[in-house]
Amino acid sequence: MTAGPISSIAVNNIRVEFIERGSGKPLLFLHPGIGIEPTSLVLDRLAARARVLAPHHPGFGRSEQPKSFDTVDDLAYFYLDLLEQLDLCEVIVVGVSFGGWIAAEIAIKCAARISHLVLANAVGIKVGDRETRDIVDIHAIPESEFVQLAYVDPEVGTHDYKTMPDAQVLAAARNREATARYAWSPYMHDPKLRNRLHRIHVPTLVLWGAGDRILSERYGRAYCAAIPAARFELIERAGHFPHLEQPEMFAHRIFAFVEGTSQ
Amino acid sequence: MRVYQFTEQPYPDAWKDHEGSLRVNLPNRKCDPLVAADLFHRYYDEWLLADELGYDIMLNEHHQTATCMSSTVVVGLSVLARQTKRARLLVLGYPIGHRQDPLRVAEELSTIDVISRGRLDMGFIKGVPYEFPSSNQNPVGVMDRFWEAHDFIIKAMTSHDQPFNWESEHFHYRHVNIWPRPWQQPHPPVWSTTGSKSNARVLGEHGYVMATLGTGYNTRVLYDAYREGYMSMGRPAPAADRFAYLGLVAVALNEQEARERGERVASYLRSAAIVYPPFRNPPGFLSVEDNARLMRGETPPRSYTKDRRVIDMRSASVPELIDAAILFCGTPAQVYDQIVDFCEYCGGMGNLLMMGHAGSMSHADTVENLTLFAMEVMPRLKEYKQPLATATAA
Repeated sequence: MTAGPISSIAVNNIRVEFIERGSGKPLLFLHPGIGIEPTSLVLDRLAARARVLAPHHPGFGRSEQPKSFDTVDDLAYFYLDLLEQLDLCEVIVVGVSFGGWIAAEIAIKCAARISHLVLANAVGIKVGDRETRDIVDIHAIPESEFVQLAYVDPEVGTHDYKTMPDAQVLAAARNREATARYAWSPYMHDPKLRNRLHRIHVPTLVLWGAGDRILSERYGRAYCAAIPAARFELIERAGHFPHLEQPEMFAHRIFAFVEGTSQ
Repeated sequence: MRVYQFTEQPYPDAWKDHEGSLRVNLPNRKCDPLVAADLFHRYYDEWLLADELGYDIMLNEHHQTATCMSSTVVVGLSVLARQTKRARLLVLGYPIGHRQDPLRVAEELSTIDVISRGRLDMGFIKGVPYEFPSSNQNPVGVMDRFWEAHDFIIKAMTSHDQPFNWESEHFHYRHVNIWPRPWQQPHPPVWSTTGSKSNARVLGEHGYVMATLGTGYNTRVLYDAYREGYMSMGRPAPAADRFAYLGLVAVALNEQEARERGERVASYLRSAAIVYPPFRNPPGFLSVEDNARLMRGETPPRSYTKDRRVIDMRSASVPELIDAAILFCGTPAQVYDQIVDFCEYCGGMGNLLMMGHAGSMSHADTVENLTLFAMEVMPRLKEYKQPLATATAA
C-alpha cells in the first residue's frame, strides 16, 4: 500500500490540493463533506485499477477558498474547468454524499468528458414534502450522534481530536465550515437539481450504503429514478460513507459497473 | 455618564421545566399567552418608570427563547417611542446580518426615530450563535452580510434626493427612497457590540459606540483596540461616550439585601447559556482556528477579576461577579465606587447598560432596585468626571 504524493493545482487561479494515485482510466473521486484522508484504503483500492484523482474541494482541507464561491454550482464549474485543463477524457466520476451532489451538478451541465457516473449516498435533491426533512440536520446534532447515524460501525468515524496532528484538526474544522458555506440553505440540496437530472445520459450507478441513517434508501431510489440510465445497488454493512466502511466492495462494485456498461 | 435600563424580557416560568434547553427548541406550548401579556405590560411599565427616573432605555431581541420574549424588537421600540417622554431608546441589538430585508429595517428604524422625535440609538449586531437555527441565515460569512446590510441601511437613511440602486452580493433593490426619513441627521447614532480586538478596531475606525458584555477586567484591551482604530482615521482620542458596558446592577440599603438581590439579577448569567449544545456553535460563527482549539477541548477564558483571576460568569458566585465587574452590587456608595473604579480602569466608559431586572425578579423588587439606583447612584454618576481621553494603551 502506498500513500501517494499530495500535489496541488491551480485552476482559474484557485489552488487546490489533490491526491493522485494509480494509472489507467482516469477516475475523479469527489469527497464528502468530511473530506478524504490520503491514507484512506479506498484510494488504494480504486488506484489498483484506475488513475485516481482525489482533489480537496475549494475551501476544504488545505485547498483555497475563493471569496466568490458559495454554491455547489461554483464547485461543479470548477471541476469542469479542471477536467478541461488536465484534458481528461472518458473519466469515471465518483462522488460520495456532498461529493455526489457535486458529481450530479457536473453531469447535468456537461458530460462530454465523462464515461461513467457513480453517486454514493449522494445528497443534493429534494424528495419529501415541504415539512419532511430528507437529510438529517447534521448541524443540529452532536458529533457523537452523527457518527451513530452515519456509520454502521461508529468506531470508523470516531476521532480523538486531542491526539490528532494540528493540521488535521484544522482541516476538519475547515471541512465543517466549508460544508455549511455551500449547503446551509437550502439545506444540502438544490431545489432545481431533481428536474435537471434527466439530462444525464452517461451510465450512472447509484450506490447506497444500506445502513445509512442520514439519508434513507427511499431517497437514493428517488435519485436513481430521476436519472434515465441509472442503476441502483445497495452495499451491505455500510452507512452514509460506504467508501470508508466497505472500501473493497465499494471499488469492486464501481469497476464491475464500468466493465458491464462500457462500449 | 448615561445609564440605560435593560431587561431581556424573560418568561421565567420556563425555568421550572426546560429539559436542558431554554432556547431554539423549547416547545412554545410552555408559553402561556396570558402570562406573556402580563409580563410584557409589566416590563413596559418598568421602562416607563425608568423614563421618569432619568434612565435611558435599552431593548434587544432574541428568537425562539424563554430567556427573551422580545423576538421582534421594533414592537417594543414602537410602544416605547410613543409612551416614553425623554429617554433615549437604544436597540442593542438589531441582528441585521440575519434579516432578509434591510430596506424594511431602514424603514422601521427611521419611523421609530421620527415617532420618538429623535431618541433612537441603533445598535447593529452579529447576534448570538443560537439565532441561526431560527433565521436560517448561513453563519458562514454572516459578517459580510452584516456589513452589506449596514452599508445599505446607512445609505437608505442618508439619501434624500432621488431613489438609488443597489445590486450587490446579498441584497438587490432598484428604487430605494424611504419614507419617512430619520429625524436625527445624518442618521441615528450607530452602536455595536464585540468581544474581539479585531472587530473593536473596525468599530473604532467607524467611530461607532462600542459595547461589551461580561468582559469585566478584560475590557481594557478591547477599548484600546477601539482607540487605535478610532485614531487611525486621524481623529484625537475618543471620548468616554464612545464606550458602553453592560453590567448587572443590584443595589439595596444594606449589603445583605443587596447580595440577595444580586443573586436574583445574576440568575440571567446562569440561565443564558442553557441551550441544546449543537446550537451553541454553528459552523463559521467562530474562526477555523478557534474551532480547532475547541475541538481539542481548549476554551479560552473570557472573564477576569481585577487581580487576574479567571472566572466563569455562568457559575461564578456573587462576590466573584463583583470582583470581575460583571455585577455591580452593594449599598449605593459601594455600587458607585465599583462603577467608578471600573471606568477608571477602562480609561473612560460613558454608557452604563444596566441590567436592573433579570430572571424571576418581582415587579416590586425591580422597582426598588431602579428607584434606589436612580435616587442615590445616578446623580453622582452624572456628576462624575470621566478620565481624560487617553491616547495610549494602559
